[in-house]
Amino acid sequence: MSAAKQASGAAAPILRVSGLKKYFQSAHGKLHAVDDVSFDIAKGKTLGMVGESGCGKSTTGRLLVRLHEATAGSILYDGQEVTAASDRELKKLRTRMQMIFQDPYSSINPRHTVANIIGEPLKIHKKVKGAAEYEDRVRSLMATVGLADRLYDAYPHELDGGRRQRIGIARALALDPEFIVCDEPVSALDVSIQAQILNLLMDLQDKLGLTYLFITHDLSVVKHISDDIVIMYMGQIVERGPTEELFARPIHPYGQALLSAIPVPKLNARKERIILKSEVSSPIDPKPGCRFAPRCAYASPECAAADPALREVSPGRYVACRLAEQFV
Amino acid sequence: MENILEISDLRVHYFSNRKTVRAVNGLSMGMEAGKVLGLVGETGAGKTTLALSILNMVRAPQGKIVEGSIRFAGADVLAMGKRELRDMRGKDVAMIFQDPMTALNPVLTVGEQIAETVRKHEELSIEDAWKKAQAMLETVGIPADRAKEYPHQFSGGMKQRVVIALALACNPKLLLADEPTTALDVTIQAQVLDLMRKLIRENGTSVLFITHSLGLVAENCDEVATMYSGEIVEYGTVDQVFGKALHPYTQGLFGSLPDLSAATDRLKPIPGLMPDPTALPKGCFFCPRCPHAMDICAKEHPADVDLGGHRVKCHLYAAAGAAKGAASAAGRRAE
Repeated sequence: MSAAKQASGAAAPILRVSGLKKYFQSAHGKLHAVDDVSFDIAKGKTLGMVGESGCGKSTTGRLLVRLHEATAGSILYDGQEVTAASDRELKKLRTRMQMIFQDPYSSINPRHTVANIIGEPLKIHKKVKGAAEYEDRVRSLMATVGLADRLYDAYPHELDGGRRQRIGIARALALDPEFIVCDEPVSALDVSIQAQILNLLMDLQDKLGLTYLFITHDLSVVKHISDDIVIMYMGQIVERGPTEELFARPIHPYGQALLSAIPVPKLNARKERIILKSEVSSPIDPKPGCRFAPRCAYASPECAAADPALREVSPGRYVACRLAEQFV
Repeated sequence: MENILEISDLRVHYFSNRKTVRAVNGLSMGMEAGKVLGLVGETGAGKTTLALSILNMVRAPQGKIVEGSIRFAGADVLAMGKRELRDMRGKDVAMIFQDPMTALNPVLTVGEQIAETVRKHEELSIEDAWKKAQAMLETVGIPADRAKEYPHQFSGGMKQRVVIALALACNPKLLLADEPTTALDVTIQAQVLDLMRKLIRENGTSVLFITHSLGLVAENCDEVATMYSGEIVEYGTVDQVFGKALHPYTQGLFGSLPDLSAATDRLKPIPGLMPDPTALPKGCFFCPRCPHAMDICAKEHPADVDLGGHRVKCHLYAAAGAAKGAASAAGRRAE
């Protein structure tokens, strides 16, 4: 357990999301990217959000910092409604909420130097006075994320993926945020570099008291870094719970299948794997009822009748499945 | 058991105006027929170049196999003519490429692409080839009626299934699978690997399974080779390597991974980066990052040490095994 995992106790949620929806208009109908999602994140904690491509986890992350406009629902950040914030309020909010993107190759401007990329938020928000203070601040940010001082005037193409991701992290830290959406921050990196970045993110959390929403499809990474986990499927949360318990005993049939599919780098770790049939169905105007039902081994006609609500089936464990009790 | 693939002292370089990238550096390996060999290593280790070399497909003029030999089922791949190569590729040796976006032809339907490959190697009518294409798509979980669709109509994951169908269509003897499931989600990855395992077992296909995931190696492979800077630094059965990794780099890879069964506090990353392939260090390539580096490591390139079939290229084990050939390997490096 890291210090950050222990330290928070019963902190009040800094972020409270309820009934969040995002529909995209497509040629064939409404694409339900995020469909009625609710969760809280306590200050100083990490909420891991897992799910497969297209389940709406990145869209959720982007909605939180309002890179997308929500179709419906509420995002309360420290008591303030993000979805209703004016431009001015939003600019202020974004000094407190930042984002780290997945691809360190496309998320930073190749024509800017490292210093420019990291320092740009400082200029936009007029956080520093004068060139000397600016340079000091940028250099100290570089030191914080472990970028060598000599790279101050370097361009991104001179750097490998791990260092680029450090630039992305330094940029996110520039305004001293409290909350960071980390959208697959290590997915593009090799494992040895991935470990460096994960350690850095955890150290920063300990040091600066940051709160993270950590979005990833890599289940061993999410287990390592998160206090709590939500599992998403087709725009909805199907299961939520404390990391250790959820990994020890997933309840939702999709959660069970997902966790059983993780390849384990150990001898004789081969466990009973649940192989799901077919693939995710279309998120465009989905039919009512459980969205996982077409792939679920336990599904019956009743499952298609109504959307299963996310409910507490044992202390701290929330599951959206009609039959949840039988898996507890 | 006879080796289906035998590579000895392979060197592959890429030439640019000023620099020479040394991608594969004196690599030797053998693959037993019917086995699945996992080749692990990080970006830039030379894994893909090795796979391309086996098909004699290193892109000229920049890339060149400058030394070594590759024998597939006894035949010298590097001495084959165009026609022999064409017959071998796709039929005896098939490859699943890493990036499904560029592996498929965007102006042909996926069915046409599979049928084309099948007809190139088997005497089938157009209708039968089409039926076979549809059947292959179904085995990889794509409805047969989607054979009429173009690659852009498929998701990334679905495209990779098409690529897998294409590779397995002619029952190859050797399959080079270059990160075949990296683009897929875990539940889909589980489906695809389950399917690949079944097809491989049924046909007795040998597989070179290139991946950066040790988890996938543990679950899918018989043997494992760790690659670093164009060399195989460790080789053994999965039991040997996962039981006790010998090379500090392999150990570092294991230390970098979060452990699912235990709550690890901190990961132990390998410090630094892989060396620049245009300026490889004189001694052991891993020496600058190695926690156990000794004086000799920076001076002399280590030779393979064989410890009961478990081979490791590291000076730490020189005393434990017969270190013959060290001098000659070091001599070559000094040139």
